Parts: sequence; C-alpha cells; structure tokens
Amino acid sequence: MIPELGHFSLILALILAFVQGVVPLIGASRNRLALMSVGRTAAQGQFLFIAFSFGCLTWSFINSDFTLQLAAGNSHSATPVIYKITGVWGNHEGSLLLWAMSLALWTVAVTVFSRNLPEIFMARVLGVLGLVSTGFLLFLLVTSNPFDRILPGAPEGRDLNPLLQDPGMIIHPPLLYMGYVGFSVAFAFAIAALLSGRMDAAWARWSRPWTTVAWVFLTAGIAIGSGWAYYELGWGGWWFWDPVENASFMPWLLGTALMHSLAVTEKRGAFRSWTVLLAIGAFSLSLMGTFLVRSGVLTSVHAFATDPARGLFVLALLVLVIGVSLTLFAWRAPTLAGGGSFGLVSREASLLGNNVLLSVACGSVLLGTLYPLFIDALNLGKISVGPPYFETVFVPLMTPVIVLMMIGPFVRWKGDDGNRILRKVGPGLIASVVLGIGAAFAIGHVTWRTALGLSLAAWVLIGSAQILWQRLADRQGAGSGSRLRGIPAAWWGMWFAHLGIGVFIIGVALVGSLNSQIQVKMLSGDTAQLAGYTFTFRGVSNAPGPNYAAARATIDVSRGGVTFATLTPEKRFYEAQGMPMTEASIDIGPLRDVYVNLGDQLEDGAWVVGLFYRPFISWIWFGCSLMALGGIFAASDRRYRRLAEREAPAGAARQAA
Amino acid sequence: MLMRRVALVAALLLPVAGQAGEAVPVSDDPVLEERVMRLSHDLRCLVCQNQSIAESNAPLAVDLRNQVREQFLAGKDEAAVVDYLVARYGDFVLYLPPFKGATLLLWLGPGLLLVAGAGWLGWRLRRRVREVPPPLSAEEHARAAALLDGSAKPSQESRS
Repeated sequence: MIPELGHFSLILALILAFVQGVVPLIGASRNRLALMSVGRTAAQGQFLFIAFSFGCLTWSFINSDFTLQLAAGNSHSATPVIYKITGVWGNHEGSLLLWAMSLALWTVAVTVFSRNLPEIFMARVLGVLGLVSTGFLLFLLVTSNPFDRILPGAPEGRDLNPLLQDPGMIIHPPLLYMGYVGFSVAFAFAIAALLSGRMDAAWARWSRPWTTVAWVFLTAGIAIGSGWAYYELGWGGWWFWDPVENASFMPWLLGTALMHSLAVTEKRGAFRSWTVLLAIGAFSLSLMGTFLVRSGVLTSVHAFATDPARGLFVLALLVLVIGVSLTLFAWRAPTLAGGGSFGLVSREASLLGNNVLLSVACGSVLLGTLYPLFIDALNLGKISVGPPYFETVFVPLMTPVIVLMMIGPFVRWKGDDGNRILRKVGPGLIASVVLGIGAAFAIGHVTWRTALGLSLAAWVLIGSAQILWQRLADRQGAGSGSRLRGIPAAWWGMWFAHLGIGVFIIGVALVGSLNSQIQVKMLSGDTAQLAGYTFTFRGVSNAPGPNYAAARATIDVSRGGVTFATLTPEKRFYEAQGMPMTEASIDIGPLRDVYVNLGDQLEDGAWVVGLFYRPFISWIWFGCSLMALGGIFAASDRRYRRLAEREAPAGAARQAA
Repeated sequence: MLMRRVALVAALLLPVAGQAGEAVPVSDDPVLEERVMRLSHDLRCLVCQNQSIAESNAPLAVDLRNQVREQFLAGKDEAAVVDYLVARYGDFVLYLPPFKGATLLLWLGPGLLLVAGAGWLGWRLRRRVREVPPPLSAEEHARAAALLDGSAKPSQESRS
C-alpha cells in the first residue's frame, strides 16, 4: 500500500510540475498575473508530493518490504537502519528520486527567498524549473520507477553494496546532488533573462547568491566524496580521475567560472552573453554527469546499446535542454552586447582570461572522459584515459589560473597601468618561485612538479597576505579593528576561497612528493618502521558487525618510544553480497596521516599489513573547507539581504495590485 | 553461511607459533617492489571497474603485478615492460594512452581548445578596448540629470 501511495504521489508531482512548467510561462507571455502566480503554488505542492513519495520509499526500505523490487535489490533486514535509509539513494531509481527532490527543494527555496523578484521574472524562472522537473519525473516514471513490485516478494534482500555502507554515503550524495541540481537555478535565471531580454546588473545580483550556494554544495560534496574514497578504497589515494568523479568536477569548473563572470556582470555590466553561456554550460554538464553515471555507458558502450531506454531518455533530455537554450541564446544574444569597455590590463580582462582557462580545462576533462567512449563506439579499439593523462593536461592549464587568480584582485576595474601591477606583484612572484624551489630542496624532493606546486602555494599565501594588507591600507581612518570589520563579507569570501586554493595545493604537492608506504607480513608482536614511525602488531580478533563478519587487527603506532595511537583496521566479509572489504584505520593529524590497512592472512599465520604515511593530506580537505567557507561568506553578504529588505515593500505592493 | 564464516575467521585467529620481531616486507626486494607499484598505478586492471592494478586485489591484478615484477627481474626497463603488456593486452591496459592516429584528437584537443580560447580572448579584448559605450538616450539623459540633482527617486534598475 505504502509504495502505491508513493507512486501515486509521484504522478501527482509530475502533473504539478507540468502545470508549473507551462502555466506561468503562458502567463508571462500574455502578461496575466493570475496565470503567473500559479507557479509558486504548483512548485510548493510539487515539493510536498515528491517529499511524500520519497518518504514512502524510505519507509519501505526501513521496514524491509522486499516485495518492493528496489528494496529487495539494495537492502537487507540485518543492515543497520542508517544504511537502510541511505540504501534509498544507493541505486539508480532512488538516486534519481533524490535528484528530483533536490530540484523541487531548490525551486521552493526560490519561491521563498526570492519573493522580491518581479512577478513576470519569477514566473519565467519557475516555468523553466518546472519544465526541467517534468523531464526528470517523466524519466523516473517511464523508465525507472522506484516503486515496482515483485510478487511474491523476495524472502531476503540482497543488501546494499558494502562499499556504500559507510557514513560517507549519508552525506556525500545529498550534498553533491544539491550542488549539481543547484545550477538549475542559475540556468533558469539565465533562460528567464533571455526570454525577457532583461539581463542587467539586477539580474546578475539576483542569480549570484543562488549560484554561489550551489557551488558551495558542490565543493563540499566533491571534497567529502574524495575523503570517502581516501579511507574506503584502502590504499591512500584521494582523487582518481574516474569518469564519475570527472562528471562532478566539470560542472564545478564551469560553475567556478560562472560565479566570477556573474560578479563582472553585476559590477560592470560586461560579459553578459558569456555569463549566460556559462550558466547553460554548467547545468548541461550536470545533466551530462547524470547521463554518464546513470546510463551505464561508462561501464561499456555495448551495455548501453543493449539496454538503451534509460540512456536515450537522458540523452534526449540533454539534447533538448542544450538545443533549446542555445537556440534561444542565438536569437537573443545580439541584445546582450554592450557593457562598458575595458583595457587589456584590467580586472575584467584578468577575470575573462581565467574564465577562458577554466573552460578550456573543463573541455579537456570532458574530452578525456568521453574519448574512450567515442573510440569504442567507432570500433577504433579500446583505450583507457586515466590519471597520467589528466595530470599531464590539467597541471599546465591550471598553473596560469592560479597565477592570475592572485594578480586579478590587484588590478583596477576598467583599466590599469601594467607597470604599476608589475611593481605590485613582481616581488611576490619572484619570492614565491625562490621559496618554492628552496622548499623543494629543503624537503629533499626536487622535481619540477614539486617545485611548481610549492611555488604556486607560496604565491597564493604571499598574494593573500598582500591583498589583505592593501585592503587595510586603502581604508583610511579608525583603528585596524574597525577597518577589519569594515570589509564586506563578499570580500572575505573571495579571500578565504582563494586562500583555500593555496592550502589545497600545499596538500597536493606535499602528499605527492613525500608519501611513502610499505607492505609487510606481521605476526603478533612484530614491529615495522615507516617514515620514523614504529608499528607494533598486537594481533587480530573477531569483530562481527550486524551484517558482516570481520577480523580486526590492533596495531600500536609509536614515535620516539611513545605510543600515541592504536589503529584497528578491519577485514570484513559482507554476507549478503559475499563481498570482502577492507576498512582502513587512520590516525589523522594536522601535518600527516598514518594509515593502516589489513590484507590477507598467509599460510604461516602472518597477516599482510599495508602501512601508509601521508604527509599534509588533510590540507587538501582543509583547503576545500576554506573554499566552501568563502562561498558561504560571499553568499551571505549584507547587500543581498539589504536588497531583499528594500524591495520587500515594493514586492508586497505589486502583489496587492 | 554466516556461522561458517565466523568459524573460518575464528580458526584464522588461533595463536600462531613464531618469534616476535621485525616484520618482513611482503616483497623480498622493497626497491623492486617500489618500482613495480609505481608502474602499476598507471596500468589498468582489465576486469575491474576502472581501478589500476596497484589498487585492485582481483586475481588478474595480482597476476599482472607478478608479470611486471618478472619482467623487471628479467632486466627490462619500464618502456620495455609497457611494450610487453601492450602486446599482450592492447592499449586498454595503459592509463596513459599512446600518441597515435586514433588518439590524435585526445592529445591535441586541449592544445587546440587553448589556442581557440586564447584567440577568442584576444579578439574580445581588442574589440572591448575599441568599443565606445553607446550614447545615452534623451530619456536616460534626463534621468541622469535628475539623479545628479538628487531630486529624483532612483528607479528599480538603477538601484539594484
């Protein structure tokens, strides 16, 4: 009964999505207020029905209703409740439902937080979001119904993939989807602007906080996914350039470009058509990510060809979205020209330069991700494109981005004197290169890559200090305390996010240069040495879990004779899926992680133990946190709220009218 | 099934005779092992879901690592080992695709994109520098004058 209610509720949501997608747009084109205002109600109703549907599915999972095909395939009666819940989105159908729910949530957020938008603009935004939602709900109901039954029901479920039975699964997919789907708001704002021909500073100001918040979610989602892979996959890597990772990284790259482009559109009225293109691109890439991950095309082009229904549906949706938006863009772009002129040396030029580089980087990741698929589809053989390719391509493209990123804030809008900028940043740049090369020698790992990474990191840190110093010096008057307080949140957002990139690079460069690992055979009482740490094997004990059997090793870690951590890596065996898993155990520290995993037991009774030393690896995630924090600061800037307050009476008046 | 597994694990936990001491590396030759693992990170485990043979413990990955080790022991250098594996398993085994006809676009693509991007950027910037802001319409003139006077309330456009 419950699944049927969920199914029915999803159908009602589809109807409401369609209403939300069509009626307000008609209202906007005929200037009929009554039709326009339907959008809000439909959007909120749609969210309620999708949430109810999601609740029904979750209920069936929690109660192990194995007449539900999805629960039978992805849950187990002995699984802990939290992983029964995460099992809801640990599969194709459920994760699409989560996708649709995120979209509905964003839409409701727009109706709540952007009440001050002109009615006609709001109608268009909601209309576009409604159409996107219609597409996805149709996709769900037609090709991927989560509420399919099997009768008679399965006696027991096959359980969730053990890799996914992890706290990371609780938070990573929802955050990532909120990020992915969040770009649909920026997209809807862009399409609404194209429809209305209104693409001014006000429009940019409206869409900026939405874009930034989506970017924050995406940043956090990617970072958590990377951390999860680090401790779950068991050999201490943190980024694999896997197509699934790339699918989330590409929208991040374009989204980053979009945020900066929006800033220019707001402040200077320039880059308007470029901003719109980026908004369309970021959202299209989110859709494409969904296609790549969900169609099965990644596992094999041929698997896709044998069961193409799902893949073709998303592909059609993708083509439709891109096609319609680009046609609209081509039709309207001529009206977008203009904006102020700016010189070759100007804040605008530096931002545009970085935007182009970010887009090229994104295009290259796209090329590397899709290339094997095309080659395979054209029967030209099978090739793999992996980390060595992406690193070869990505590092040279991102290096100028990092350099420009710290120069940009010194450059004035409209036009500046190249010599003045050179005098300002020259010493810092030279100092960074000297520092970077010096540091590479100091740590005894002199490769061009280490030297480059450390130089860039030094440049970001020096540049950040210099920018803050200049910002304080620029403001005359009162003490430094009040000068610090006088800096707007948006500026701090920029500062922290850029600083975060520097911290991130330190982590990447140092862990790449100084990491070490060893695999040893250990019997109880044995010790092993790695990077100055002593590991003492204290034996293995039984540690059964709710739905798995496990052997747990106890390993003391000491340095200079002092034991400071006891690590307990496990080797688990998940019954339902018949799958062995290693659970690494990590002593996390600000300057290094000590990472241990447990392998097989050998015939002589010794265990294979992997010992890993990962210096500065937590700086990678610390850097990402700073970036996300910067985004939160930027989105919370007072001027967005002030705008809302000032426009509230006007909005109320409009609604009364 | 569960009971059998638990029993198995318990059996494995029986105390083992042996003298506690310095643990022995799994490999007899850690330097060689380091070389094997470094190369293994760039080789694909052909039957796994996009994992390198360094990360995977699938039987094929173990076998491939052994092959790499044997080839190194036979005195071959990295390039020769890679050639040997490509001859047996095809380009699919390489995470760094070779530069050849079918991968021409893959390797040149990013460069072409960069050239196109830089070209577009240069054209845009040149155009921007020359661009003259469009003259104000009479109405805009009036509004600007009023604003300068301080007598008019700013319209929605100008204040947002």
